[in-house]
Amino acid sequence: MLVLSRKKGQAVMIGDNIEISVVDISGEQVKIGIKAPKNIAVYREEIYREIKNENARAACPDIARLKEFGKKDSKEDKK
Amino acid sequence: MKINTRHFGEIEIEDEKIVDFPEGIPGFEHVRKFVLLSNIDEDSPFRWLQCVDDPSLAFAVIDPRTIKPDYTVDVDDSEIEILNIENCDDVVILSIVVVPEDITRMTANLKAPIIINSANMTGKQVIMDKCDYPVRYFIFEALECAGGV
Repeated sequence: MLVLSRKKGQAVMIGDNIEISVVDISGEQVKIGIKAPKNIAVYREEIYREIKNENARAACPDIARLKEFGKKDSKEDKK
Repeated sequence: MKINTRHFGEIEIEDEKIVDFPEGIPGFEHVRKFVLLSNIDEDSPFRWLQCVDDPSLAFAVIDPRTIKPDYTVDVDDSEIEILNIENCDDVVILSIVVVPEDITRMTANLKAPIIINSANMTGKQVIMDKCDYPVRYFIFEALECAGGV
């Protein structure tokens, strides 16, 4: 991994269209500014990982289970 | 075009029904084209987000307001700039559903809804990291109360 030292107000370029700047530093927290093209999604890493894992769990569900659910529901409607 | 899906066999898809996700979705960045199918059965609250690029990939989705009527999407304009939304009526909001073996433990992801602009057929899964909505919202009871919708 490339490690660079930056001061407040300084930035890093990734390629020619992604700019990451240090907006503010306060104690243990760093505020980062990101300029990127519209088609580049930017997420906080931990939440991105959570959503990615959840999407993987959700992929290709068993359609039969949902069909059964529909039937169960309609039976209850009739009661 | 025709695609051979895992769940629905070979289906014919009209080009204008294809939704482009320019960023893919987290974990599936390599696929961009999806189509929204409603053909489980008419009474079902579920729909399918069927991938066109990879026909073996599909997600069960639900309108989150079916299970949580006061659900609201709150994202910065910059996050959905890519969708070019001009009219709110064009927007379709969906939550991805996880269907485990025990369907009473079924959950919907309210944290990261899928937003589709039906005017230009562009979509994105946004992450509402400032909201308290859970990634795993249990929906079985709400669906039963809704009486199958």
